Amino acid sequence: MMTLVKHELKQGFLSFVIWFVSIAFMMAICIILFPEMKGQMEDVGDVFSSMGAFTAAFGMDRLNFGSLIGFYGVECGNILGLGGGLYASLTATSFLSKEEKDKTAEFLLSQPISRIRIISEKLLALMIEITVMNLLIYLVALGSIAFIGEEIPFKEITLIHLAYYLLQVELASICFGISAFLRKGGLSIGIGLAIMFYFLNIIANIAESVKFLKYLTPFGYCEAADIIESGAIDLKYLAVGIILALIGIALAYLKYPKKDIH
Amino acid sequence: MDIIKTAKLNKHYGKSRGIIDVDLAVEKGDFFGFIGPNGAGKSTTIRTLLGLISPSSGSARIFDKDIVKDKEEILMNVGYLPSEAIFYQGMKVKELLKLSADLHKKDCTKESQRLCALLQLDENRKIDELSFGNRKKVGIVAALQHEPELLILDEPTSGLDPLMQKVFFDILKEKNQQGVTIFISSHILSEIEHYCNKAAIIKEGRIIALDSVETLCKKSAKHLVVNGEIDLSKLNGIKGFKADNGISTFLYNGEIEELLKVLAKGKIKDLTISEPDLEEVFMHYYEKDGEE
Repeated sequence: MMTLVKHELKQGFLSFVIWFVSIAFMMAICIILFPEMKGQMEDVGDVFSSMGAFTAAFGMDRLNFGSLIGFYGVECGNILGLGGGLYASLTATSFLSKEEKDKTAEFLLSQPISRIRIISEKLLALMIEITVMNLLIYLVALGSIAFIGEEIPFKEITLIHLAYYLLQVELASICFGISAFLRKGGLSIGIGLAIMFYFLNIIANIAESVKFLKYLTPFGYCEAADIIESGAIDLKYLAVGIILALIGIALAYLKYPKKDIH
Repeated sequence: MDIIKTAKLNKHYGKSRGIIDVDLAVEKGDFFGFIGPNGAGKSTTIRTLLGLISPSSGSARIFDKDIVKDKEEILMNVGYLPSEAIFYQGMKVKELLKLSADLHKKDCTKESQRLCALLQLDENRKIDELSFGNRKKVGIVAALQHEPELLILDEPTSGLDPLMQKVFFDILKEKNQQGVTIFISSHILSEIEHYCNKAAIIKEGRIIALDSVETLCKKSAKHLVVNGEIDLSKLNGIKGFKADNGISTFLYNGEIEELLKVLAKGKIKDLTISEPDLEEVFMHYYEKDGEE
Protein backbone atom coordinates (compact mmCIF):
# COMPACT_ATOMS: atom_id res chain seq x y z
CA MET A 1 0.00 0.00 0.00
CA MET A 2 1.22 3.46 -0.89
CA THR A 3 4.60 2.06 -1.86
CA LEU A 4 5.33 5.00 -4.07
CA VAL A 5 4.37 7.58 -1.43
CA LYS A 6 6.90 6.01 0.92
CA HIS A 7 9.50 5.91 -1.83
CA GLU A 8 8.96 9.57 -2.75
CA LEU A 9 9.15 10.72 0.87
CA LYS A 10 12.43 8.87 1.29
CA GLN A 11 13.80 10.31 -1.95
CA GLY A 12 12.79 13.85 -1.00
CA PHE A 13 13.88 13.65 2.64
CA LEU A 14 17.28 15.32 2.34
CA SER A 15 15.97 18.23 0.32
CA PHE A 16 13.09 18.55 2.80
CA VAL A 17 15.45 18.76 5.76
CA ILE A 18 17.69 21.35 4.06
CA TRP A 19 14.76 23.60 3.16
CA PHE A 20 13.12 23.19 6.55
CA VAL A 21 16.30 24.01 8.47
CA SER A 22 16.99 27.07 6.27
CA ILE A 23 13.49 28.53 6.53
CA ALA A 24 13.03 27.72 10.20
CA PHE A 25 16.46 29.07 11.06
CA MET A 26 15.87 32.40 9.29
CA MET A 27 12.45 32.79 10.87
CA ALA A 28 13.73 31.99 14.34
CA ILE A 29 16.58 34.50 13.92
CA CYS A 30 14.12 37.18 12.82
CA ILE A 31 11.84 36.56 15.78
CA ILE A 32 14.71 36.48 18.25
CA LEU A 33 15.99 39.81 16.90
CA PHE A 34 12.58 41.41 17.41
CA PRO A 35 13.03 42.63 21.04
CA GLU A 36 16.19 44.44 20.01
CA MET A 37 14.52 46.01 16.99
CA LYS A 38 11.31 46.88 18.78
CA GLY A 39 12.78 49.94 20.47
CA GLN A 40 14.31 51.26 17.27
CA MET A 41 11.20 50.51 15.26
CA GLU A 42 9.05 52.86 17.28
CA ASP A 43 11.15 55.70 15.92
CA VAL A 44 11.28 54.52 12.33
CA GLY A 45 7.58 53.65 12.27
CA ASP A 46 6.74 57.22 11.32
CA VAL A 47 9.46 57.26 8.70
CA PHE A 48 8.13 54.09 7.15
CA SER A 49 4.57 55.28 6.96
CA SER A 50 5.73 58.36 5.07
CA MET A 51 7.83 56.50 2.52
CA GLY A 52 4.88 55.89 0.23
CA ALA A 53 5.20 53.34 -2.52
CA PHE A 54 8.25 51.60 -1.09
CA THR A 55 6.57 50.64 2.14
CA ALA A 56 3.28 50.01 0.41
CA ALA A 57 5.02 47.42 -1.75
CA PHE A 58 5.52 45.23 1.30
CA GLY A 59 2.33 46.27 3.06
CA MET A 60 4.48 48.09 5.61
CA ASP A 61 2.45 51.27 5.41
CA ARG A 62 -0.47 49.60 7.14
CA LEU A 63 1.45 47.46 9.63
CA ASN A 64 2.81 48.60 12.94
CA PHE A 65 6.43 47.58 12.80
CA GLY A 66 6.77 48.12 16.50
CA SER A 67 4.26 45.39 17.32
CA LEU A 68 5.26 41.74 17.09
CA ILE A 69 2.52 40.84 14.63
CA GLY A 70 3.30 43.83 12.40
CA PHE A 71 6.96 42.92 12.33
CA TYR A 72 6.15 39.24 11.90
CA GLY A 73 3.76 39.87 9.03
CA VAL A 74 6.46 41.60 6.98
CA GLU A 75 9.70 39.83 7.92
CA CYS A 76 8.57 36.30 8.57
CA GLY A 77 5.86 36.54 5.92
CA ASN A 78 8.49 37.25 3.28
CA ILE A 79 10.72 34.41 4.46
CA LEU A 80 7.82 31.98 4.58
CA GLY A 81 6.35 33.17 1.30
CA LEU A 82 9.58 33.11 -0.69
CA GLY A 83 11.21 30.18 1.08
CA GLY A 84 8.13 28.02 1.23
CA GLY A 85 7.00 29.14 -2.23
CA LEU A 86 10.35 28.28 -3.79
CA TYR A 87 10.48 24.91 -2.02
CA ALA A 88 6.98 24.05 -3.17
CA SER A 89 7.45 25.11 -6.79
CA LEU A 90 10.96 23.69 -7.17
CA THR A 91 9.96 20.35 -5.75
CA ALA A 92 6.73 20.19 -7.72
CA THR A 93 8.11 21.11 -11.15
CA SER A 94 10.38 18.11 -11.08
CA PHE A 95 8.04 15.72 -9.31
CA LEU A 96 6.86 13.88 -12.43
CA SER A 97 9.58 14.91 -14.87
CA LYS A 98 12.50 13.85 -12.69
CA GLU A 99 11.81 10.22 -13.62
CA GLU A 100 12.57 11.06 -17.23
CA LYS A 101 15.42 13.43 -16.43
CA ASP A 102 17.14 10.90 -14.18
CA LYS A 103 16.23 8.07 -16.56
CA THR A 104 14.41 6.15 -13.88
CA ALA A 105 11.15 6.33 -15.83
CA GLU A 106 11.85 3.10 -17.68
CA PHE A 107 12.13 1.30 -14.39
CA LEU A 108 9.17 2.90 -12.67
CA LEU A 109 6.75 2.81 -15.59
CA SER A 110 7.45 -0.82 -16.39
CA GLN A 111 6.35 -1.78 -12.89
CA PRO A 112 2.75 -2.94 -12.52
CA ILE A 113 1.37 0.40 -11.38
CA SER A 114 -0.95 2.58 -13.44
CA ARG A 115 0.05 6.09 -14.45
CA ILE A 116 -3.03 7.44 -12.65
CA ARG A 117 -1.83 5.74 -9.50
CA ILE A 118 1.67 7.14 -9.99
CA ILE A 119 0.24 10.66 -10.31
CA SER A 120 -1.99 10.22 -7.26
CA GLU A 121 0.71 8.78 -5.02
CA LYS A 122 3.23 11.39 -6.11
CA LEU A 123 0.75 14.20 -5.53
CA LEU A 124 -0.04 12.82 -2.11
CA ALA A 125 3.67 12.62 -1.25
CA LEU A 126 4.17 16.21 -2.41
CA MET A 127 1.26 17.47 -0.28
CA ILE A 128 2.50 15.51 2.74
CA GLU A 129 5.92 17.15 2.39
CA ILE A 130 4.43 20.64 2.16
CA THR A 131 1.99 20.06 5.01
CA VAL A 132 4.57 18.63 7.39
CA MET A 133 7.03 21.39 6.45
CA ASN A 134 4.46 24.07 7.31
CA LEU A 135 3.40 22.43 10.56
CA LEU A 136 7.01 22.20 11.69
CA ILE A 137 7.74 25.82 10.73
CA TYR A 138 4.57 26.92 12.54
CA LEU A 139 5.76 25.16 15.68
CA VAL A 140 9.24 26.70 15.40
CA ALA A 141 7.64 30.15 15.00
CA LEU A 142 5.42 29.73 18.06
CA GLY A 143 8.36 28.36 20.04
CA SER A 144 10.56 31.30 19.08
CA ILE A 145 7.89 33.84 20.07
CA ALA A 146 7.46 32.09 23.39
CA PHE A 147 11.25 32.09 23.79
CA ILE A 148 11.50 35.90 23.54
CA GLY A 149 8.67 36.21 26.03
CA GLU A 150 6.18 37.98 23.78
CA GLU A 151 2.51 37.14 23.95
CA ILE A 152 1.54 34.89 21.02
CA PRO A 153 -1.15 36.47 18.81
CA PHE A 154 -2.57 33.03 17.95
CA LYS A 155 -5.32 34.01 15.57
CA GLU A 156 -3.24 36.29 13.35
CA ILE A 157 -0.18 34.06 13.31
CA THR A 158 -2.27 31.00 12.50
CA LEU A 159 -4.09 32.81 9.70
CA ILE A 160 -0.82 34.08 8.21
CA HIS A 161 0.68 30.59 8.29
CA LEU A 162 -2.50 29.08 6.87
CA ALA A 163 -2.47 31.60 4.00
CA TYR A 164 1.15 30.83 3.16
CA TYR A 165 0.43 27.11 3.40
CA LEU A 166 -2.37 27.53 0.86
CA LEU A 167 0.00 29.56 -1.32
CA GLN A 168 2.46 26.69 -1.34
CA VAL A 169 -0.27 24.17 -2.10
CA GLU A 170 -1.44 26.34 -5.00
CA LEU A 171 2.09 26.82 -6.39
CA ALA A 172 2.83 23.13 -5.99
CA SER A 173 -0.37 22.13 -7.78
CA ILE A 174 0.30 24.44 -10.73
CA CYS A 175 3.92 23.30 -10.98
CA PHE A 176 2.90 19.65 -10.67
CA GLY A 177 0.71 20.14 -13.73
CA ILE A 178 3.61 21.76 -15.61
CA SER A 179 5.84 18.88 -14.55
CA ALA A 180 3.68 16.43 -16.54
CA PHE A 181 4.70 18.23 -19.74
CA LEU A 182 8.43 18.43 -19.06
CA ARG A 183 11.09 15.91 -19.94
CA LYS A 184 13.83 17.70 -18.06
CA GLY A 185 13.98 19.06 -14.55
CA GLY A 186 12.33 22.44 -15.00
CA LEU A 187 14.16 24.15 -12.14
CA SER A 188 14.08 27.51 -13.88
CA ILE A 189 10.35 27.30 -14.47
CA GLY A 190 9.78 26.61 -10.79
CA ILE A 191 11.95 29.51 -9.64
CA GLY A 192 10.56 31.80 -12.33
CA LEU A 193 6.96 31.15 -11.44
CA ALA A 194 7.39 31.68 -7.71
CA ILE A 195 9.39 34.90 -8.20
CA MET A 196 6.96 36.18 -10.83
CA PHE A 197 3.99 35.70 -8.51
CA TYR A 198 5.89 37.43 -5.71
CA PHE A 199 6.61 40.49 -7.82
CA LEU A 200 3.09 40.62 -9.27
CA ASN A 201 1.87 41.13 -5.71
CA ILE A 202 4.41 43.87 -5.06
CA ILE A 203 3.39 45.66 -8.25
CA ALA A 204 -0.28 45.30 -7.29
CA ASN A 205 0.54 46.82 -3.90
CA ILE A 206 2.26 49.85 -5.42
CA ALA A 207 -0.17 50.81 -8.15
CA GLU A 208 -3.90 50.97 -7.62
CA SER A 209 -4.57 50.61 -11.38
CA VAL A 210 -3.16 47.06 -11.45
CA LYS A 211 -4.77 45.90 -8.25
CA PHE A 212 -6.50 43.14 -10.23
CA LEU A 213 -3.12 41.32 -10.35
CA LYS A 214 -3.87 40.29 -6.78
CA TYR A 215 -6.37 37.83 -8.17
CA LEU A 216 -3.67 36.11 -10.20
CA THR A 217 -0.99 35.71 -7.61
CA PRO A 218 -1.32 33.59 -4.48
CA PHE A 219 0.67 36.25 -2.64
CA GLY A 220 -2.50 38.34 -2.99
CA TYR A 221 -4.32 36.40 -0.28
CA CYS A 222 -1.19 36.22 1.90
CA GLU A 223 -0.95 39.98 2.49
CA ALA A 224 -0.32 40.19 6.24
CA ALA A 225 -1.74 43.72 6.47
CA ASP A 226 -5.09 42.54 5.04
CA ILE A 227 -5.17 39.43 7.21
CA ILE A 228 -4.41 41.36 10.39
CA GLU A 229 -6.85 44.18 9.58
CA SER A 230 -9.77 41.97 8.63
CA GLY A 231 -8.95 38.94 10.75
CA ALA A 232 -9.58 36.67 7.75
CA ILE A 233 -8.08 35.41 4.49
CA ASP A 234 -9.55 37.21 1.49
CA LEU A 235 -11.82 34.57 -0.04
CA LYS A 236 -12.19 36.25 -3.44
CA TYR A 237 -8.44 36.03 -4.05
CA LEU A 238 -8.31 32.54 -2.57
CA ALA A 239 -11.11 31.30 -4.83
CA VAL A 240 -9.07 32.11 -7.95
CA GLY A 241 -6.10 30.37 -6.35
CA ILE A 242 -8.10 27.22 -5.72
CA ILE A 243 -9.27 27.19 -9.34
CA LEU A 244 -5.69 27.59 -10.63
CA ALA A 245 -4.55 24.77 -8.35
CA LEU A 246 -7.33 22.49 -9.61
CA ILE A 247 -6.43 23.28 -13.21
CA GLY A 248 -2.80 22.35 -12.49
CA ILE A 249 -3.78 19.02 -10.97
CA ALA A 250 -6.27 18.30 -13.77
CA LEU A 251 -3.56 18.96 -16.38
CA ALA A 252 -1.31 16.39 -14.73
CA TYR A 253 -4.06 13.77 -14.85
CA LEU A 254 -4.88 14.59 -18.46
CA LYS A 255 -1.33 14.73 -19.81
CA TYR A 256 0.74 12.20 -17.92
CA PRO A 257 -1.23 8.99 -18.62
CA LYS A 258 -0.78 9.54 -22.36
CA LYS A 259 2.78 10.75 -22.32
CA ASP A 260 5.39 8.87 -24.37
CA ILE A 261 8.43 7.98 -22.30
CA HIS A 262 11.67 7.91 -24.23
CA MET B 1 -1.86 -19.22 -27.23
CA ASP B 2 0.57 -16.53 -28.31
CA ILE B 3 2.26 -14.80 -25.41
CA ILE B 4 3.04 -11.74 -27.53
CA LYS B 5 0.92 -10.98 -30.58
CA THR B 6 1.07 -7.73 -32.49
CA ALA B 7 -0.91 -6.81 -35.56
CA LYS B 8 0.11 -3.96 -37.83
CA LEU B 9 1.69 -2.18 -34.91
CA ASN B 10 2.81 1.32 -35.84
CA LYS B 11 4.56 4.05 -33.96
CA HIS B 12 5.81 7.27 -35.43
CA TYR B 13 7.23 10.24 -33.63
CA GLY B 14 5.92 13.24 -35.44
CA LYS B 15 7.18 12.70 -38.93
CA SER B 16 10.07 10.43 -38.10
CA ARG B 17 9.74 6.69 -38.41
CA GLY B 18 9.47 4.51 -35.38
CA ILE B 19 8.10 1.13 -36.37
CA ILE B 20 5.90 0.23 -39.33
CA ASP B 21 3.30 -2.57 -39.48
CA VAL B 22 5.09 -4.78 -37.02
CA ASP B 23 3.55 -8.27 -36.84
CA LEU B 24 5.08 -10.41 -34.15
CA ALA B 25 3.95 -13.71 -32.73
CA VAL B 26 5.80 -15.18 -29.78
CA GLU B 27 4.49 -18.48 -28.45
CA LYS B 28 4.56 -19.79 -24.91
CA GLY B 29 7.95 -21.24 -24.10
CA ASP B 30 9.73 -19.49 -26.96
CA PHE B 31 13.23 -18.18 -26.54
CA PHE B 32 12.75 -15.42 -29.05
CA GLY B 33 15.52 -13.32 -30.52
CA PHE B 34 14.82 -9.84 -31.84
CA ILE B 35 17.61 -8.75 -34.12
CA GLY B 36 18.45 -5.47 -35.75
CA PRO B 37 21.10 -2.78 -35.75
CA ASN B 38 20.85 0.37 -33.62
CA GLY B 39 17.94 2.55 -34.58
CA ALA B 40 16.05 -0.18 -36.45
CA GLY B 41 13.14 -0.04 -34.03
CA LYS B 42 13.94 -2.72 -31.46
CA SER B 43 13.58 -0.48 -28.43
CA THR B 44 10.55 1.29 -29.87
CA THR B 45 8.80 -2.06 -30.27
CA ILE B 46 9.68 -3.10 -26.74
CA ARG B 47 8.65 0.22 -25.24
CA THR B 48 5.34 0.03 -27.02
CA LEU B 49 4.75 -3.50 -25.72
CA LEU B 50 5.42 -2.28 -22.17
CA GLY B 51 3.15 0.74 -22.44
CA LEU B 52 5.99 3.26 -22.06
CA ILE B 53 4.88 4.75 -25.36
CA SER B 54 1.47 4.36 -26.91
CA PRO B 55 1.05 2.87 -30.39
CA SER B 56 0.05 5.21 -33.22
CA SER B 57 -2.05 2.46 -34.75
CA GLY B 58 -2.46 -1.30 -34.76
CA SER B 59 -2.81 -3.56 -31.78
CA ALA B 60 -0.68 -5.62 -29.48
CA ARG B 61 -1.64 -8.27 -26.97
CA ILE B 62 0.41 -9.92 -24.26
CA PHE B 63 -1.04 -12.99 -22.50
CA ASP B 64 -4.02 -12.34 -24.79
CA LYS B 65 -4.67 -9.06 -22.96
CA ASP B 66 -4.63 -5.60 -24.49
CA ILE B 67 -1.39 -3.72 -23.83
CA VAL B 68 -3.16 -0.41 -23.37
CA LYS B 69 -6.24 -1.41 -21.38
CA ASP B 70 -4.81 -4.20 -19.26
CA LYS B 71 -1.34 -2.79 -18.81
CA GLU B 72 -0.96 -3.28 -15.05
CA GLU B 73 -2.28 -6.83 -15.18
CA ILE B 74 0.21 -7.67 -17.92
CA LEU B 75 3.15 -5.97 -16.21
CA MET B 76 2.48 -7.97 -13.04
CA ASN B 77 3.74 -10.99 -14.98
CA VAL B 78 6.44 -9.42 -17.11
CA GLY B 79 10.06 -8.90 -16.20
CA TYR B 80 11.73 -6.08 -18.15
CA LEU B 81 15.41 -5.33 -18.35
CA PRO B 82 16.09 -1.95 -20.02
CA SER B 83 19.23 -1.58 -22.09
CA GLU B 84 20.45 1.14 -19.74
CA ALA B 85 20.01 0.11 -16.14
CA ILE B 86 19.65 3.37 -14.24
CA PHE B 87 18.10 3.62 -10.81
CA TYR B 88 17.37 6.14 -8.07
CA GLN B 89 20.18 8.08 -6.44
CA GLY B 90 21.28 6.96 -3.03
CA MET B 91 19.41 3.67 -2.93
CA LYS B 92 20.94 0.41 -1.89
CA VAL B 93 20.56 -2.66 -4.09
CA LYS B 94 18.23 -4.35 -1.66
CA GLU B 95 16.10 -1.22 -1.23
CA LEU B 96 15.57 -1.02 -4.97
CA LEU B 97 14.72 -4.71 -5.15
CA LYS B 98 12.31 -4.28 -2.24
CA LEU B 99 10.66 -1.33 -4.01
CA SER B 100 10.12 -3.38 -7.15
CA ALA B 101 8.84 -6.35 -5.14
CA ASP B 102 6.41 -4.09 -3.25
CA LEU B 103 5.11 -2.66 -6.50
CA HIS B 104 4.48 -6.25 -7.60
CA LYS B 105 2.78 -6.88 -4.23
CA LYS B 106 4.95 -9.91 -3.74
CA ASP B 107 7.62 -11.08 -1.33
CA CYS B 108 10.57 -11.90 -3.55
CA THR B 109 13.27 -12.12 -0.89
CA LYS B 110 14.14 -15.76 -1.51
CA GLU B 111 14.42 -15.50 -5.28
CA SER B 112 16.28 -12.19 -5.16
CA GLN B 113 18.83 -13.60 -2.73
CA ARG B 114 19.30 -16.64 -4.93
CA LEU B 115 19.83 -14.47 -8.01
CA CYS B 116 22.17 -12.06 -6.26
CA ALA B 117 24.27 -15.00 -5.09
CA LEU B 118 24.41 -16.47 -8.59
CA LEU B 119 25.38 -13.13 -10.13
CA GLN B 120 27.73 -12.26 -7.26
CA LEU B 121 25.93 -9.03 -6.50
CA ASP B 122 26.24 -7.50 -3.04
CA GLU B 123 22.78 -6.38 -1.93
CA ASN B 124 24.15 -3.93 0.61
CA ARG B 125 26.02 -1.78 -1.88
CA LYS B 126 24.69 1.58 -3.01
CA ILE B 127 23.63 1.40 -6.63
CA ASP B 128 25.39 4.69 -7.49
CA GLU B 129 28.71 3.16 -6.51
CA LEU B 130 28.32 0.15 -8.79
CA SER B 131 30.02 -0.29 -12.15
CA PHE B 132 27.93 -0.40 -15.32
CA GLY B 133 28.02 -4.18 -15.39
CA ASN B 134 27.01 -4.49 -11.76
CA ARG B 135 24.13 -2.04 -12.26
CA LYS B 136 23.04 -4.28 -15.08
CA LYS B 137 22.94 -7.16 -12.61
CA VAL B 138 20.62 -5.13 -10.40
CA GLY B 139 18.37 -4.74 -13.43
CA ILE B 140 18.51 -8.46 -14.09
CA VAL B 141 17.53 -9.37 -10.54
CA ALA B 142 14.76 -6.75 -10.56
CA ALA B 143 13.42 -8.22 -13.80
CA LEU B 144 13.57 -11.83 -12.64
CA GLN B 145 12.90 -11.85 -8.90
CA HIS B 146 9.10 -11.81 -9.11
CA GLU B 147 9.22 -14.91 -11.31
CA PRO B 148 7.35 -13.53 -14.30
CA GLU B 149 5.93 -15.64 -17.12
CA LEU B 150 7.46 -13.40 -19.75
CA LEU B 151 10.89 -11.81 -19.79
CA ILE B 152 11.59 -8.88 -22.09
CA LEU B 153 15.29 -8.15 -22.21
CA ASP B 154 16.69 -5.23 -24.16
CA GLU B 155 20.34 -5.87 -24.99
CA PRO B 156 20.86 -7.69 -21.73
CA THR B 157 24.50 -8.69 -21.96
CA SER B 158 26.09 -5.32 -22.70
CA GLY B 159 28.43 -4.54 -19.84
CA LEU B 160 28.56 -8.08 -18.48
CA ASP B 161 31.87 -9.92 -18.61
CA PRO B 162 31.92 -13.25 -20.48
CA LEU B 163 31.74 -15.27 -17.28
CA MET B 164 28.68 -13.37 -16.12
CA GLN B 165 27.11 -13.64 -19.56
CA LYS B 166 27.40 -17.40 -19.19
CA VAL B 167 25.83 -17.32 -15.70
CA PHE B 168 23.09 -15.05 -17.00
CA PHE B 169 22.23 -17.29 -19.93
CA ASP B 170 22.29 -20.35 -17.69
CA ILE B 171 19.66 -18.65 -15.53
CA LEU B 172 17.64 -17.80 -18.63
CA LYS B 173 17.87 -21.36 -19.94
CA GLU B 174 16.70 -22.71 -16.60
CA LYS B 175 13.77 -20.27 -16.58
CA ASN B 176 12.95 -21.17 -20.16
CA GLN B 177 12.87 -24.85 -19.28
CA GLN B 178 10.40 -24.03 -16.53
CA GLY B 179 8.11 -22.59 -19.19
CA VAL B 180 9.05 -18.92 -19.05
CA THR B 181 8.83 -17.17 -22.42
CA ILE B 182 11.85 -15.04 -23.22
CA PHE B 183 11.99 -12.15 -25.67
CA ILE B 184 15.49 -10.84 -26.10
CA SER B 185 16.66 -8.02 -28.30
CA SER B 186 20.26 -8.00 -29.32
CA HIS B 187 22.71 -7.25 -32.04
CA ILE B 188 25.07 -9.91 -30.82
CA LEU B 189 24.03 -12.59 -33.26
CA SER B 190 26.00 -15.47 -31.79
CA GLU B 191 23.96 -15.07 -28.60
CA ILE B 192 20.70 -15.38 -30.46
CA GLU B 193 21.94 -18.25 -32.56
CA HIS B 194 23.15 -20.10 -29.53
CA TYR B 195 20.17 -19.74 -27.26
CA CYS B 196 17.06 -18.80 -29.23
CA ASN B 197 14.68 -21.12 -31.01
CA LYS B 198 13.04 -18.33 -32.98
CA ALA B 199 14.07 -14.96 -34.24
CA ALA B 200 12.76 -11.91 -36.03
CA ILE B 201 14.87 -9.46 -37.96
CA ILE B 202 13.86 -5.81 -37.98
CA LYS B 203 15.11 -3.31 -40.50
CA GLU B 204 14.21 0.35 -40.70
CA GLY B 205 11.13 -0.21 -38.59
CA ARG B 206 9.79 -3.24 -40.46
CA ILE B 207 10.00 -6.94 -39.64
CA ILE B 208 11.73 -8.48 -42.65
CA ALA B 209 11.99 -12.07 -41.40
CA LEU B 210 10.44 -14.12 -38.64
CA ASP B 211 11.07 -17.82 -38.32
CA SER B 212 12.82 -20.49 -36.34
CA VAL B 213 16.53 -19.79 -36.10
CA GLU B 214 17.16 -23.10 -37.88
CA THR B 215 14.96 -22.20 -40.84
CA LEU B 216 16.30 -18.68 -41.02
CA CYS B 217 19.79 -20.06 -41.41
CA LYS B 218 18.76 -22.73 -43.95
CA LYS B 219 16.41 -20.63 -46.00
CA SER B 220 18.84 -18.04 -46.98
CA ALA B 221 21.98 -19.55 -48.39
CA LYS B 222 24.82 -22.05 -48.21
CA HIS B 223 28.21 -21.05 -47.10
CA LEU B 224 30.95 -22.38 -49.40
CA VAL B 225 34.68 -22.56 -49.10
CA VAL B 226 36.38 -23.81 -52.26
CA ASN B 227 40.07 -24.49 -52.59
CA GLY B 228 40.85 -24.69 -56.27
CA GLU B 229 39.86 -23.25 -59.62
CA ILE B 230 36.22 -22.76 -60.50
CA ASP B 231 34.33 -20.63 -62.94
CA LEU B 232 31.41 -19.04 -61.14
CA SER B 233 30.43 -16.63 -63.90
CA LYS B 234 27.42 -18.70 -65.02
CA LEU B 235 26.05 -19.17 -61.53
CA ASN B 236 23.30 -16.89 -60.21
CA GLY B 237 22.81 -16.22 -56.52
CA ILE B 238 26.32 -15.64 -55.35
CA LYS B 239 27.00 -13.19 -52.58
CA GLY B 240 29.92 -11.94 -50.66
CA PHE B 241 32.51 -13.51 -52.93
CA LYS B 242 36.04 -13.40 -51.61
CA ALA B 243 39.11 -14.99 -53.14
CA ASP B 244 42.35 -15.37 -51.27
CA ASN B 245 45.34 -17.56 -52.25
CA GLY B 246 43.24 -19.81 -54.43
CA ILE B 247 40.58 -20.20 -51.75
CA SER B 248 37.18 -18.79 -52.67
CA THR B 249 34.58 -18.09 -50.03
CA PHE B 250 31.01 -17.14 -50.85
CA LEU B 251 27.34 -17.53 -50.04
CA TYR B 252 25.17 -19.34 -52.53
CA ASN B 253 21.44 -18.91 -52.68
CA GLY B 254 20.03 -20.94 -55.58
CA GLU B 255 19.50 -24.42 -57.03
CA ILE B 256 21.90 -26.95 -55.55
CA GLU B 257 21.94 -28.87 -58.85
CA GLU B 258 23.28 -25.84 -60.73
CA LEU B 259 25.93 -25.42 -58.07
CA LEU B 260 27.03 -29.03 -58.34
CA LYS B 261 27.35 -28.77 -62.15
CA VAL B 262 29.62 -25.75 -61.83
CA LEU B 263 31.66 -27.38 -59.09
CA ALA B 264 32.06 -30.56 -61.18
CA LYS B 265 33.69 -28.58 -64.00
CA GLY B 266 36.25 -26.97 -61.71
CA LYS B 267 39.57 -28.25 -60.45
CA ILE B 268 38.89 -28.52 -56.77
CA LYS B 269 41.29 -29.68 -54.10
CA ASP B 270 39.03 -29.17 -51.17
CA LEU B 271 35.45 -28.10 -50.53
CA THR B 272 33.27 -27.20 -47.55
CA ILE B 273 29.55 -26.52 -47.78
CA SER B 274 27.96 -25.41 -44.54
CA GLU B 275 25.00 -23.63 -43.06
CA PRO B 276 25.77 -19.95 -42.70
CA ASP B 277 25.79 -18.59 -39.18
CA LEU B 278 23.22 -16.05 -38.15
CA GLU B 279 25.59 -13.21 -38.78
CA GLU B 280 25.81 -14.11 -42.44
CA VAL B 281 22.05 -14.51 -42.59
CA PHE B 282 21.66 -11.14 -41.05
CA MET B 283 24.04 -9.53 -43.51
CA HIS B 284 22.24 -11.37 -46.26
CA TYR B 285 18.89 -9.85 -45.28
CA TYR B 286 20.33 -6.44 -44.89
CA GLU B 287 22.23 -6.49 -48.17
CA LYS B 288 19.39 -8.06 -50.14
CA ASP B 289 17.07 -5.18 -49.43
CA GLY B 290 19.82 -2.68 -49.86
CA GLU B 291 20.39 -3.74 -53.44
CA GLU B 292 16.82 -3.33 -54.56
